[in-house]
Amino acid sequence: MKGHGLRVYAIAYLLFLYAPILLLPLFAFNSGTIIAFPLKGFTTDWFSQMVADATLRRAFTNSMIIAVSSAVLATSLGIFAARASTRYNFPFKGGIMGLIMVPLVLPEIIVAMSLLVVLLAIGVELSIFTVILGHTLLCMPYAIAILSTAFNSLDQSLEEAAYDLGETKWSAFRLVILPLVMPGIISALLMSFTISLDEFIIAFFLAGNEPTLPTYIFSQLRFPKSVPVIMALGTVLVAVSILLLTCAEYFRRRGVARTGRTDSGGFV
Amino acid sequence: MTEPQNPDQTAAPAGAARQTKAAGRSAALQAARPMIECRDVHKYYGDYHALRGIDLTIRAGEFFSLLGPSGCGKTTLLRVIAGFEDISSGVVLIDGKDMAHVPANKRPTNMVFQSYAIFPHLTVAQNVAFGLRRDPRKRAEKDEAVEEALAMVGLTGYGARAAHALSGGQRQRVALARALILKPEVLLLDEPLSALDRKMREQMQVELIKLQRQVGITFVLVTHDQEEALVMSDRIAVMFEGGIAQLDEPETLYARPKSRRVADFIGVMNFLSATIVEEQGETLRVDVEGLGEIDIPAAQIATKNETDSAPMIGFRPEAVNVFPEGQPQNAPRQSGGVIDEVVYYGDMTYYDVRLDEEDGTTSEPVRISMRNVFGRDIPDVGARVTVGWSPASMILFR
Repeated sequence: MKGHGLRVYAIAYLLFLYAPILLLPLFAFNSGTIIAFPLKGFTTDWFSQMVADATLRRAFTNSMIIAVSSAVLATSLGIFAARASTRYNFPFKGGIMGLIMVPLVLPEIIVAMSLLVVLLAIGVELSIFTVILGHTLLCMPYAIAILSTAFNSLDQSLEEAAYDLGETKWSAFRLVILPLVMPGIISALLMSFTISLDEFIIAFFLAGNEPTLPTYIFSQLRFPKSVPVIMALGTVLVAVSILLLTCAEYFRRRGVARTGRTDSGGFV
Repeated sequence: MTEPQNPDQTAAPAGAARQTKAAGRSAALQAARPMIECRDVHKYYGDYHALRGIDLTIRAGEFFSLLGPSGCGKTTLLRVIAGFEDISSGVVLIDGKDMAHVPANKRPTNMVFQSYAIFPHLTVAQNVAFGLRRDPRKRAEKDEAVEEALAMVGLTGYGARAAHALSGGQRQRVALARALILKPEVLLLDEPLSALDRKMREQMQVELIKLQRQVGITFVLVTHDQEEALVMSDRIAVMFEGGIAQLDEPETLYARPKSRRVADFIGVMNFLSATIVEEQGETLRVDVEGLGEIDIPAAQIATKNETDSAPMIGFRPEAVNVFPEGQPQNAPRQSGGVIDEVVYYGDMTYYDVRLDEEDGTTSEPVRISMRNVFGRDIPDVGARVTVGWSPASMILFR
């Protein structure tokens, strides 16, 4: 029975990872207010309550604004940084790129606290705008890591060829480089969006009185009667995440097929 | 997918390609106007001196090659002509105009890149038409131009294919069509055949020559493959360490290398040490190990490397003959020797022969090539042989 132990380990591992997530929809549709077995009956009340909750709606809107803004900001800035680091040489390149990547390993609570101190010191009022700034800082290293790979896998002659054929430097970039790194850009956008959406510490420190989804969920866990609503919210978030990942993977595979490169990894 | 052209017809042996060179071509080219002129061109990368005073004139309609080992500056020079690299000092003229402030996208040159740089997200036709984007002509005329360009490189009917699905040879052709559709004055080719396998490479060599004769524009080829340069070029500039060591027609380059380094780089050259006996005006009388005394006229004298102490006599493997001892032959001069090694190549055999010295010892082995004739025995290792040669095929490096 070679490999039997490994198989048991793999199954236990997957159960530990995904079984709790499978419980989310189970209790979201359970009519009992207590999160425990046995299940009572089927209901969609929790979903209607969720939609009716004004604070939750506000948290959702805030989270969407923050996630979309910081994803777009981090990816746009990431494009500049990734292109600069793969295409050009400049003084202190290693040091500068290293500093940009630091938030990847810095404890988040340190980043959140220092940002809070600085923002308060220079008198910026806490709002979703300050959360966007914090999340952009946090998402940048991930975006740059993804985009650098995309830019690095390009043959430098492609751009020169377009330039040689009469295009300007900008139109050569737009017509040749941009379409070829587009799968990387979409990946970076989705990755940043996901990171920002479930980020808690920075949102908790920098949002002031504005709720975001993670801070709202945290605040509601104290009240047992609102837990089923949280379950419903969790179910929606899981469904949306799966949908987004599927889209991202679809675009990534289409990009790979279109340029004839060999498929090397991806999300799924 | 088969290649669009019949490979049997075009895969001629490398040597046959030179016969496509029409008589009188060389004279016609000498009379043509200068297309590219470099005057004392220097290029530094920081402290690194990549181009050290390049002076050359490439004429309109010429197939010109820059040949040299990697790092000799040949690709840098090509990129200088294309406009991808600025020069540190000197002048580059294309068709009589100073290119100092003309960027690559405004020059009458187009480039075929070593990697082909085919745009993988476009179709073959979109790739070929890429340079026509800024062309004010109507859509129908552009489509016609694309078809014409594809026909020229033998890819008729491939327009709708995805560029990334093509084979190496087909990508090469798309890159050619994409560059030629703009009707440039000069086509620059950066090691265009190095990524192809041997058979495909020989086929493309012949096709490139035909294409160049057909369109009649100036081709500048960068290569490290001396055979490729000899087969295709009207003239070749051999480059070492950022400078041009010799610029000549292929025949001259091969038969009369001006320095030992050029002789070593192009083909195989045997070297035997020589001592100068006396100077008789322009002619030198030398005593060569294994060959005896030879009179060398000025035309057959080249320079040797500074590091070599003694003068050397050089000759090509095919410039001498080898026969079993005692077999009569009509060579002007004959020397005795022993076969050290035999390498059989099918059509040819290479013999490494040690030549007899006057003091009873033998020389270092020299390589002699003989075309195999059906029915003639190939001498064995250790056999005594006679080497027949002529002073006219000897070059003195002093």
